[in-house]
Amino acid sequence: MIYVNSAAAGGVLRDLMRDSTHNDPNHRAGLTRFLPPLPLFVLQPLLGRIVRRVARDNPSLFNRLGPHRAARFVIDPLGLPFGLLLVPNPDALVFCAFDRRSEPASDARIGGRFLDLMGLLDGGADGDALFFSRDLDVSGNTEAVVCLRNALDDVEGSIAESVAGMFGPPGRAALSGLRRMAARAASRKGDHA
Amino acid sequence: MKRPELVCPAGTPAALRTAVEAGADAVYCGFQNATNARNFPGLNFTPDEMQASVAHAHAGGTKVLLAVNTFPTAGRFDLWRDAVDMGARFGVDAFIVADIGVAEYVKRTHPNIRLHLSVQAAASSPEAIRYYAREFGVKRVVLPRILTVPEIKQLAREIPCEIETFIFGNHGLMVEGRCSLTNYVTGLSTNMDGVCSPAADVHYDKQPDGSVTTRLADFTIDSFAPDEQAGYPTICKGRYHAPNRPDAYYAFEEPISLNLSGLLPALIEAGVDAFKIEGRQRSRAYVKSAVSAFRKAVDAILAGQQPELADLLALTEGQKQTEGAFKTKKWR
Repeated sequence: MIYVNSAAAGGVLRDLMRDSTHNDPNHRAGLTRFLPPLPLFVLQPLLGRIVRRVARDNPSLFNRLGPHRAARFVIDPLGLPFGLLLVPNPDALVFCAFDRRSEPASDARIGGRFLDLMGLLDGGADGDALFFSRDLDVSGNTEAVVCLRNALDDVEGSIAESVAGMFGPPGRAALSGLRRMAARAASRKGDHA
Repeated sequence: MKRPELVCPAGTPAALRTAVEAGADAVYCGFQNATNARNFPGLNFTPDEMQASVAHAHAGGTKVLLAVNTFPTAGRFDLWRDAVDMGARFGVDAFIVADIGVAEYVKRTHPNIRLHLSVQAAASSPEAIRYYAREFGVKRVVLPRILTVPEIKQLAREIPCEIETFIFGNHGLMVEGRCSLTNYVTGLSTNMDGVCSPAADVHYDKQPDGSVTTRLADFTIDSFAPDEQAGYPTICKGRYHAPNRPDAYYAFEEPISLNLSGLLPALIEAGVDAFKIEGRQRSRAYVKSAVSAFRKAVDAILAGQQPELADLLALTEGQKQTEGAFKTKKWR
């Protein structure tokens, strides 16, 4: 069981929303810069469980990856103190966190604010629109990224929702909070457009 | 007032279901091969997916238009023939074609299924459209995005088939079906392989100052400053240096999207039978937003009300929109 301290979570979540468009891999935005480095070993089993569940529930996802199933994707959620490595190979799935000081080799790199990346998983954000507005950075093997994007977009329902569901009511409450914050952020952005 | 059909993009089965739910009268989609002009990696439908999706769409009262709108080359016709035959077997409501050989095959082997002429055929004159209607029984033409509303109105009086116009998405001003810019740079053809700017040849290079340079193969297309909106990495939307220009400029097209929200009543009055939303390569989120917005707008107009136009600017390329040539030939 994972317990969420809502006040602390709110602070971290607000921190995640901050606009951070630079590309410094060692950058730690807002509150996270005052936190001690996250012990990544705590996260790894969690991430492994998440990716195995998504793979189990959506086996057709891998078909759309074509020749890029073994591609190594670095996902850079700006504002989080760590990056993520994804290898969507159904026979050898990898989804793990890494310390920003030692980014692993990759075929493609996808960077954006955490809430935007979650929006892509949630089916609530459009990758092209995020690219047009410069909220999404892509580098490396573009074809692999396009395949991954299309594969994830074809998943019925919301990946974020099914992941949240793995953690019961606290998970779902955290997701609702994130979605509200994402909606507010999008609305504020629209006001300033 | 005639009720125009809202024709919506579906790049994946999930996008198709989203479009049906959002109120599409028809969806258009294609197989995972060179037979359609959005042959992008990870996109489109397997035969099994197509069969299930046609059934799903029909259960929701939505038609399925199968895009078979590229041009076969010698020795490859089997691929197009198989796509057409499978589509017929699955019960699609129409084929969208550009090539006269494919059109002839549909007419001969599946005469009871409607033929729509793709924008890829670039038929814009009454003479050209009448030719396709006479020779192949084309029931609808998808017009190139180069005509004004008065020109469309005039055209509607002179042709024996329905008119479909784009109302949102890619501005698309190149002579469609004839553009060889991608072919020149990558060796792959938009018109024969279905790939405009193949992703394998697209590169984004982020510079230390935060600017991003986009390349297609070895050709630099554009460089966006850190706070500048970006566009698609296609040659036609590149910004280039020329000897007689002090600065780089958009030589062909700008990164901008078509949005005809404000012209819908005029288009209906001009005799347009179907409104097309571009974007099979876009996400479910795009499909949901664009289809819902235009569903509401069209329904409001048909009910005699002032349409409430949703703000779709965030979805547009370069976060800019235009009514293009539909409003005036001097849109730039």
